[in-house]
Amino acid sequence: MARIHLDIAHSYRPHPREDADYALLPMRQTFEDGGAYALLGPSGCGKTTMLNIISGLVRPSQGSIWFDEREVTGLAPQQRNIAQVFQFPVVYDTMTVAQNLAFPLRNRGIDEARARARVAVIAEMLDLSGQLDQRAAGLSADQKQKISLGRGLVREDVGAVLFDEPLTVIDPHLKWQLRRKLKEIHRELRLTLIYVTHDQVEALTFADTVLVMERGRVVQSGSPSELFERPAHRFVGHFIGSPGMNFIPVTLLARALAHQAGALTPAKPEVPPGALTLGIRPEYLRLCELHEPGALPAQIEQIQDLGSCWLVGARVQPVAAGNAVGNGVGNGVGVGAALLRLRLARGEVVPQLNQSVGLQLLSPHTCFYDSRDELMAGPSGGVGDD
Amino acid sequence: MSRQEGAEVHLYPFDLQLEPGSLTVLLGATQAGKTSLLRLMAGLDVPSRGRIWADGRDVTGVAVRLRDVAMVYQQFINYPSMTVAQNIASPLKLSGRMAPVAIEQRVQELARRLRIEGFLDRLPGALSGGQQQRVALARALAKSASLMLLDEPLVNLDYKLREELRDEFLTLFAGGGSTVVYATTEPGEALLLGGHTAVLDAGELLQYGPTAEVFHRPKSIRVARAFSDPPMNLIPATAVAEGIDLGSGLVLDLRAALQRLPRLAGALTLGVRAGALELSSAQWPANFLKIPAKVALAEVSGSDTYIHLESPLGGLVVQRTGVHRFALGESVTVGMDPGAAYLFDAKGAMVFAPSPVHTAGAPDLLRAKSAQSAGTR
Amino acid sequence: MIKPVNQKAWWLVLPVILCVAFSAILPLMTVVNYSVQDIISPERRVFVGTEWFVAVLRDEELHGAMLRQFGYSLAVLVVEVPLGILLALAMPVDGWRASATLVLVALSLLIPWNVVGTIWQIFGRSDIGLLGAVLEALGTEYSYTGNPTHAWLTVLAMDVWHWTPLVALLCYAGLRAIPEAFYQAARIDGASRLAVFRYIQLPKLRGVLMIAVLLRFMDSFMIYTEPFVLTGGGPGNATTFLSQYLTQKAVGQFDLGPAAAFSLIYFLIILLFCFVLYNWMQRVGTSGTSAAGEQGAR
Repeated sequence: MARIHLDIAHSYRPHPREDADYALLPMRQTFEDGGAYALLGPSGCGKTTMLNIISGLVRPSQGSIWFDEREVTGLAPQQRNIAQVFQFPVVYDTMTVAQNLAFPLRNRGIDEARARARVAVIAEMLDLSGQLDQRAAGLSADQKQKISLGRGLVREDVGAVLFDEPLTVIDPHLKWQLRRKLKEIHRELRLTLIYVTHDQVEALTFADTVLVMERGRVVQSGSPSELFERPAHRFVGHFIGSPGMNFIPVTLLARALAHQAGALTPAKPEVPPGALTLGIRPEYLRLCELHEPGALPAQIEQIQDLGSCWLVGARVQPVAAGNAVGNGVGNGVGVGAALLRLRLARGEVVPQLNQSVGLQLLSPHTCFYDSRDELMAGPSGGVGDD
Repeated sequence: MSRQEGAEVHLYPFDLQLEPGSLTVLLGATQAGKTSLLRLMAGLDVPSRGRIWADGRDVTGVAVRLRDVAMVYQQFINYPSMTVAQNIASPLKLSGRMAPVAIEQRVQELARRLRIEGFLDRLPGALSGGQQQRVALARALAKSASLMLLDEPLVNLDYKLREELRDEFLTLFAGGGSTVVYATTEPGEALLLGGHTAVLDAGELLQYGPTAEVFHRPKSIRVARAFSDPPMNLIPATAVAEGIDLGSGLVLDLRAALQRLPRLAGALTLGVRAGALELSSAQWPANFLKIPAKVALAEVSGSDTYIHLESPLGGLVVQRTGVHRFALGESVTVGMDPGAAYLFDAKGAMVFAPSPVHTAGAPDLLRAKSAQSAGTR
Repeated sequence: MIKPVNQKAWWLVLPVILCVAFSAILPLMTVVNYSVQDIISPERRVFVGTEWFVAVLRDEELHGAMLRQFGYSLAVLVVEVPLGILLALAMPVDGWRASATLVLVALSLLIPWNVVGTIWQIFGRSDIGLLGAVLEALGTEYSYTGNPTHAWLTVLAMDVWHWTPLVALLCYAGLRAIPEAFYQAARIDGASRLAVFRYIQLPKLRGVLMIAVLLRFMDSFMIYTEPFVLTGGGPGNATTFLSQYLTQKAVGQFDLGPAAAFSLIYFLIILLFCFVLYNWMQRVGTSGTSAAGEQGAR
């Protein structure tokens, strides 16, 4: 078990001057003991660098790392009691599955009987008991990944297990099983697990806390539902969700918004007038009648059948602020042109192509972003629990 | 046609006719034969038996250079020593039919469409993965080939980049008149792209048809398994007078449907999609089957929650919109709507599927768009 | 019924076929011709069928040469392969140092073979050669012209000096192909340097080592120039290997018949060994890896 604390910055250049020189901008992060964390972000955001710094494969150019009360900045990976699972399955071809799993124990001088017992326990947990005497080289990719994972778990003193996009080479229907297996292991062993991925479904299903990263910094960290309901930054709204949040440039002329939407409570007492970005997720964007208050006229451009739901794309025309369109959003909010997406559940009525519909932008789940793409107003706390 | 190499059969014999001008998705797990099929279509390989026709012409032995084909691979393949502009222009130069000025114009136009006009002077090695793949796409589009083949082009890209490029595909291919074949392992991608889908499994072509139809009316268990994300719940069952007997005293009321079918004997399989099962509601109609179950695991993916349950029928997965929290081991009731059930017979063929109101398909996006753009031209 | 794409391609290959025919196939046919005839004089030739083959196989001197040759090839493999691997492990991985080392290591491969023989000939002399002088100063008696064991060792040392870089370069390329993740995982598993070598590097070098072993075996089995220049086959026939023996027979004694017959046998021996070696190493390598290659991609 380990509580990991980072206070680091990392740059590949000897004298970094500006932000672009840093692979990881100066940051402080704590990973609590026994938690399941995900580092989520696009390629090049620094998540793998952070993982390698935690594991000790890379030494940070500035700062230090602590495991519990021990400073480990200078320690090699084998001295840190961590295990790492890589993107491509790493198995020792010449050994059997059992020998692979026992390898870390043998290197540490643990005696045969204990090693064999421990291997049996871990093999049972990973459903590998039937293959213990097979040569590791002949197995499928997901089984090899399980062996990689098993080699990490087999050491009793392991404090944290780190994953670097481990499900990349696995087929989609096997990904399900492996993800479930990872969660079960987390529940049973209560280890600190840190999982790096660019796939938001993996991150959100696996982790209790997700850290969204972009260009070397952590943009937001929180529970999956927090990130979903209250993205602190436009990037988080865009990156999380498939498809991501719809963004529409809006102009606010008066504080009429608070009154018209009713349930909307701005996070700051004043939502200053001027140019803002309105964000609303496809799951919360609703179709409505054109004459309803707050409805925006749009035309249906795309309809996609996703099996369990429908994905509809509607094109909105720009509306100048101050124009009342029907009973429209008027009296304060102008809207820029955009293609908005919305999700409809299976049983709902699906509009036709090129049909004119109304879109209800304002809901309890709508978020507003300022010119620096940071959240100004959004849903109040206590998000979406049933 | 079929293809066999030594002792391995890469593709079992089948017939396939692609709709001209449409988008066809080849869906299957790795090693299912998608790449083999694409190579046969391109002319890179020759079928062991059978023939291939293009536009009524027998092209079975014709070399790939002489066929009107463009291909995009998953490894971002570009000429490394040529700039982006030269890469895009290469098929146009090779065909020798265009004047240099016209070539330049076309390169600019394509670069604008794929949003890489700022990189025309760079070498592919200096670009990111997504940009390199756009260059490869531009080069394929430059050829204006009547057949365009894409072999899992997005699999090496970021999740978000994948989404963006996928959306662009739909606009890129519309109005071009090319027949597009797109290979992928993800059912979600097939659904998003629409068009037609051919499901491949272990070298066999299992089903071909409009995507929505293949999804909602899979011909066999294998198709249902291959084309399902999350996986379909499959429960062994037998037919009895009252309906479908699932064991443990649970019988699904499908009498009305069963009357229309011939006598079903032997072991059947009942299939229900995760999204069609419901949990713990008080207002279910009388014919819903209520299954007691315990929660084993709840996975939240932001917009949906996947709940894994243990029940007398085995493991079940239920998909629910929104974020829901469940305690481990919590007892719940699962409601199964008979109207959403699939029935497969002992050999795995589908004998019963949910009624049409659940299967209203989306129009073929490609056709719709090309009709639109044709209309506006 | 698949029509070939382009018949014109054959015309392009024709010049090459003619060259190869002229320089290799026709001479080979000539050898076969000689091996079944007794050429007493240019005008008198008698067809003798397999008589030469039988005589050659019973030749005592030939057996001696064959044994010496096998011993030599075996010694070469035993010394050069491990040495080459060690050298490859010691070479730097990247940067200008890597390029410089590669050039230095490859230098001995560039030297013409008879020059190699001459270099070592002088090197071993006790009056003007560095090796000879040093050994004499140390008190050891060293004479590669007089002592058979010394001659053997010198020829062996010369071959090792000349050809180990080839094995080293092949292994170096093989090592570069191992993904970094394997080393990282081994570090985390706490594997010692020896364990990393045994369980990661050596298995992954299998393909490359196969090529190295095949090449070195073939070349050393046919070796002629270097030992001939260095020792001339002596003292006595201590370093007379098969090809030299063959040449003595054919050119020296003008016994074309037996020489031709043995040439063919020589050719077949090499072919047989390479075939066996290749298949054995393929099977050892692919019993695990080809199945893995199939399933790993699933």
